[in-house]
Amino acid sequence: MNTTRRRFLQSSGALVIAFNLPAAIGPASAADDKSFAPNAYIRIDANGRVTMIVAYVEMGQGTYTSIPMLIAEELEVPLSSVRVEHAPPDERYYGNPLLGGIQATGNSNAVRGAWEPMRRAGAVARTMLVQAAAQRWKVDPASCRAEKGAVIHAASGRRLRYGALVADAAKLPVPKPDSVTLKPREQFKLIGTPAKRLDIAGKVNGTAQYGIDAKVHGMKVATIAISPVSGGKLRSVDDAAAKSVKGVRQIVRLDDAVAVVADHMGAAKKGLAALKIEWDDGPNARLSTADILRDMEAASSGSGAIARQEGDFGKAIAGAAKRVEAVYGVPFFAHATMEPMNATVHLRKDSCEIWTGTQVMARVQAAAAKVTGLPPEKVTVHNHLLGGGFGRRLEVDGVVRAVQLAMQVDGPVKLVYTRETDVQHDMYKPAFHDRFAAGLDAQGTPVAWSHRLTGSSVIARWAPPFFQKGLDGDTVEGAAETPYAFPNMLVEYVQHEPRGIATAFWRGVGPVHNVFVVESFMDELAAAAGKDPVAYRRAIADPRAKAVLELAASKAGWGRPLPKGVGRGIAVQSAFGSYQAQVAEVEVSPKGEVSVRRIVCAVDCGPVVNPDTVRAQMQSGIVYGLSAALFDEITLKDGRVEQTNFGDYRVLRINEMPQVDVHIVDSTAAPGGIGETATACVMPALTNAIFAATGKRIRRLPVGEQAVPT
Amino acid sequence: MAYQLKVNGSVHNVDVDGDTPLLWVLRDVLGMTGTKFGCGMALCGACTVHLDGAPIRSCITPVESVAGKAVTTIEAVGKTPAGREIQSAWLAREVPQCGYCQSGQIMSASALLATNPKPSDADIDQAMAGNICRCGTYVRIREGIKHAAQSLAKRKQS
Repeated sequence: MNTTRRRFLQSSGALVIAFNLPAAIGPASAADDKSFAPNAYIRIDANGRVTMIVAYVEMGQGTYTSIPMLIAEELEVPLSSVRVEHAPPDERYYGNPLLGGIQATGNSNAVRGAWEPMRRAGAVARTMLVQAAAQRWKVDPASCRAEKGAVIHAASGRRLRYGALVADAAKLPVPKPDSVTLKPREQFKLIGTPAKRLDIAGKVNGTAQYGIDAKVHGMKVATIAISPVSGGKLRSVDDAAAKSVKGVRQIVRLDDAVAVVADHMGAAKKGLAALKIEWDDGPNARLSTADILRDMEAASSGSGAIARQEGDFGKAIAGAAKRVEAVYGVPFFAHATMEPMNATVHLRKDSCEIWTGTQVMARVQAAAAKVTGLPPEKVTVHNHLLGGGFGRRLEVDGVVRAVQLAMQVDGPVKLVYTRETDVQHDMYKPAFHDRFAAGLDAQGTPVAWSHRLTGSSVIARWAPPFFQKGLDGDTVEGAAETPYAFPNMLVEYVQHEPRGIATAFWRGVGPVHNVFVVESFMDELAAAAGKDPVAYRRAIADPRAKAVLELAASKAGWGRPLPKGVGRGIAVQSAFGSYQAQVAEVEVSPKGEVSVRRIVCAVDCGPVVNPDTVRAQMQSGIVYGLSAALFDEITLKDGRVEQTNFGDYRVLRINEMPQVDVHIVDSTAAPGGIGETATACVMPALTNAIFAATGKRIRRLPVGEQAVPT
Repeated sequence: MAYQLKVNGSVHNVDVDGDTPLLWVLRDVLGMTGTKFGCGMALCGACTVHLDGAPIRSCITPVESVAGKAVTTIEAVGKTPAGREIQSAWLAREVPQCGYCQSGQIMSASALLATNPKPSDADIDQAMAGNICRCGTYVRIREGIKHAAQSLAKRKQS
């Protein structure tokens, strides 16, 4: 058992509720006492303070506020009395239910996974506290109620604070989670209100601690040059000049990298610039993006694993009144988190200590154990706030480098990537090649739909058990299931892993690619049918899609005349368990410069825990999606990533920020994700708006210079 | 070589090369990690501090060029009237998400408000366009600056 958890559980005079987040996605399995293994904890101490250990990490999405709200709602305590601790790395206890028990925060599922079990845990604790009070007063528990961290017996006017009851409550048998009653929605006091985020104060006064801020006594700072070509090796280094830089302490050679260890990052960077490095570029020395795209296109000419088949596509398209075909593509995108990759490692003879910010603590621990040969329990991971995750911190490559470095350094060392290294040695959102064909009937309605997508499966590498028969749920999400009823449908996936470039999850994962291509092609079909893009979608959309579509269109003033050069575009999606539609309004200059004036979103994510967070996440996802769709692409030349920093890998700036209006649908559907949804939806809304403004169909991202009016 | 720095009112002697960027002296030598590293090329604004009240990018500012001048960082900007209003507006409007860029955003916004107590949208665009936020908090940054401007005006009236 991990020491943090043991300390947490052993503290005396407190009520500790251990509870269980279900082990896998899908229909909930019946509670089985034998297999019950608690994996999350709430502790209420004698002062009435509530501490929760949660496995989800805070990376700006408001999880550290949303998750405690769920507990506080049922426990009947003010949100301010709930404190959150990071869970220590241990997949046996803190695996994420929706990620198959892997301890990770991602896929927009923190609130989705926690919605029911966290509320039940709060209700269990409340039930025990009420019972303890009832026993003391010798009254029926049903005559007592809990409110603001206390139990009240209204008939006699008696009141006891939780802190005074925890010792008694801890001696009671713990009721089964499914035996306690949860509040109906109408009685929610916290859920659905714009609660104050719990993590803000430190982020405005400079005291918030990110991984890069770790301070360890005697620590040196290092930066690194990694083989610019994937698969290359370090051939030789002349470090004479680097060693003479003031503050440089050591040059460390790794198999495919060289690092400069110094008193501070300024000296490390200066030392790195002074190294004369020769690389052996290896087999990818001449690789270019064009080669990769050509390979992918060739792979896409065969058939793929069938992700969805309805009716008879071949027969239906043969009999269609009109046939429409198109090829789409999305490039590699970098994450470019504001906090560059970093990790601090202190390797001793029999232990390893790591300070970093990660979405996957248990993987960091396991990776460090593997590199060092230490047993995992000898590796301690101190997690920090994340200066952006976006999927980048679901990978442990940076930590592995830091551990490799630490193996050659006496004492603690902090490895910080320069921005250039961060951009050029990211693991990128995979590029895709998409072939579409559709058949329309005489009225223009799609009667046949085929989509073959070709590209990398991140799941196949990251969680191999979830890649089955050539398919995984993420890669085809938003393609296999669309918001539309197509009577004849064939969706195929061709797994193609590109040479010389590593791929990883990126905000919006599978849907961010699929929603762009599906909603763009839908727009093409509407144009081919001579129909209004909203009306065309509406006619075949499912009810939740129809609702968000209509709401977004009406709030955006869809159909109202616009000046020349200005256009509106619509996109709708069902992804991460949520629905949304966006209307983008863009202005395109005669030279093809695009300015996004306004985005109107309608969101149905089921019950909303914190509406303020939903709005913030919509704005956030839109900026992330617009930056990539408008400007960005990672390209290779001679095996090397060509982009270097925010100068050539652009991020939307405040002067380019559109007005964003968010409308939340009052929904009774199951809770859906929110953190990544807007990133996907905004891309086709943008390009469809460019089409409306210019007649130019963007089939390949980024928009770049393509928007010149035709 | 040794340089004498005045940071947040305290004097520090540091022994580094004169071309060492101020950012690394603050973070790694003085241990003041509130100022953040984002790009190293003055492209993102995460490292913004004030030099005699004016916003500068500490990642490209050699330490030798700041000797004798007053450096203010996020750790002390709350002691200035504009900085205090910006920080409290950031809390009230819940501007930060991941928060990593916010030290720089707050330093740029405080410098704007100190010289322009009633900034227009265009003024905000101009002063803040050098600060990237990957979480896309721009809507709230703009609201936060306006909120702070109003609070500052009220405070001056009373």
